[in-house]
Amino acid sequence: MRCSAGWLGKRNGKEIEMKQFLSFIRKEFYHIFRDRRTMLILLGMPIVQILLFGFAITTEVKEVQVAVFDPSRDVATQQIVESFRESPYFRLVEELDDVESIHTIFKYGKINLVIVFGENFAENLLHTGEASVQLITDGTEPNQASTITAYASNILADYAASLAEQGSLPYQIVPEIQMLYNPQSESAYNFVPGVMGLILMLICAMMTSIAIVREKETGTMEVLLASPMKPIYIILAKAVPYFVLSILNLVTILLLAVFVLHVPVAGSLVSLLFVSLVFIFLALSLGLLISTLIDTQMAAILASGMGLMMPTMLLSGLIFPIASMPIALQWISLIVPARWYIEAVRKIMIQGVGMEFALKELGVLLLMTAVLLVVSLKKFKIRL
Amino acid sequence: MEIERAIRVEELTKRFGDFTAVDHISFSVGRGEIFGFLGANGAGKTTAMRMLCGLSIPTSGVGYVAGFNVATQSEEVKKKIGYMSQKFSLYEDLKVWENLRLFGGIYGMSGRAIAEGTDRILNELGFAAERNTLVKSLPLGWKQKLAFSVSIFHEPKVVFLDEPTGGVDPVTRRQFWELIYQAAERGITIFVTTHYMDEAEYCDRVSIMVDGKIKALDTPRNLRSTFGVASMDEVFRRLAREAERKGD
Repeated sequence: MRCSAGWLGKRNGKEIEMKQFLSFIRKEFYHIFRDRRTMLILLGMPIVQILLFGFAITTEVKEVQVAVFDPSRDVATQQIVESFRESPYFRLVEELDDVESIHTIFKYGKINLVIVFGENFAENLLHTGEASVQLITDGTEPNQASTITAYASNILADYAASLAEQGSLPYQIVPEIQMLYNPQSESAYNFVPGVMGLILMLICAMMTSIAIVREKETGTMEVLLASPMKPIYIILAKAVPYFVLSILNLVTILLLAVFVLHVPVAGSLVSLLFVSLVFIFLALSLGLLISTLIDTQMAAILASGMGLMMPTMLLSGLIFPIASMPIALQWISLIVPARWYIEAVRKIMIQGVGMEFALKELGVLLLMTAVLLVVSLKKFKIRL
Repeated sequence: MEIERAIRVEELTKRFGDFTAVDHISFSVGRGEIFGFLGANGAGKTTAMRMLCGLSIPTSGVGYVAGFNVATQSEEVKKKIGYMSQKFSLYEDLKVWENLRLFGGIYGMSGRAIAEGTDRILNELGFAAERNTLVKSLPLGWKQKLAFSVSIFHEPKVVFLDEPTGGVDPVTRRQFWELIYQAAERGITIFVTTHYMDEAEYCDRVSIMVDGKIKALDTPRNLRSTFGVASMDEVFRRLAREAERKGD
């Protein structure tokens, strides 16, 4: 008898806790829904960002400034240079005398493309049917660079085809494409993973920390702590609506990317969602950590704005390729969580490789999440 | 057994490093009593109150609230108490009835008890028409009365009120105290801090804290006669003058 009564009591206790938790989550949703302006921003921002980035990308290039390094100076190279000269997209502005000047020429920002012919170009082409040429572009503007190399490759292919018509051999000119300052030749659609990282960071970390700090500021946190509600439930209930919201944003971004911008999800959708979930948990624990360290909403906004948004925008590879940053900044970027997330999403979504190629990124994200969660829960307990 | 005494405190102490915020205080409060807990800013009132609410663990000494030890049974204590903080403690972007439902839910009340209780409270306060009003559009005095009603919504044994009437006009303050009397008549023990000495006169007994210690504890009438002065205000000022700590 006593036993069963005890069991009933326990079950009742669990039920009450569940009820507490649910009524608290409902309240959190009210906070979000009633603040229409913030909600609109949160739901609209990913759409605006994706569209802005998407349409700001120039897929058309005109007046590409070309420099040529041609040690062969034979019939074939002359003809190729001539067809570049005739193309409306390219303007031949410089002929280089030595290889060294290639590296310095980009620094002046005048040249967009350097064409480097191999030695004995025509001879190789006629005897072996194959000759190589390097197309070097400035990778700090990867979108432009990849378009330029595509156009230039076309001209080379046209020339090879016209040779093939005259002779019998199938000639091949193999363009070797190199983007300086961005050796991984990151794709033009890198901004999609970038925006995903930014938005998730914003919603999960910034909004969660603000929501918790707001209760401290208004004094309701004291009332909650003096109630039988367990602190961990208060925190969890705060995180739930932002978790839902960030999933919603994730889906919005992916739909827009696929159907409006035609960026396909090349890899597995499941892996993509899994990595995103890990990142969401990381961002939520980061938000929790901020909220334990800070007491006013204003400070929370500043801390997450300066401490999270800026590094996420500038150091994650969203705007500037990491490879072209100074070494010191590259080191700092190692501790920016979004860097690892964006890298992983880039691999899975854009390059279409399996999860096994993103294990390092996933590992770093999991480790960061574990550390942040432990530290912030510890801090939160101390505050009580 | 702790049936008679709603609060019993013995030698309760809280130290933060070298600083002793609460220094061996002892007192007890009976069931249904209105106990005024006075002291200048920085005297240690809030720290003492936080310990009694289970928000802070005592360095030494013991405290019982509603029969439970505040250090070891804080979860049980929290179920039996209500708390109204000196900052406004309702959610402004929730409607009046939603606030009641939320706190009812947090204290594990059944859906029916919440619905009935909401009707009763709104009628008693004369707020029935404001049921669906967002709390932020209520006048301050109304908010305070509502906050008090919410803090005793789950019929706690003891309710802790931390400067509940700050910034409220005298008429509303008087109405607020009517609510306190009604609650005390129902057997709810009231533990209240205040800076208004006229309110101290309304209490059954008051204690006055100076530098972390309780310097006086009695009924307002006895305190006045002991110190040979006409008002609680003078009693307070005489004791507070001895303070060495500076207020915050």
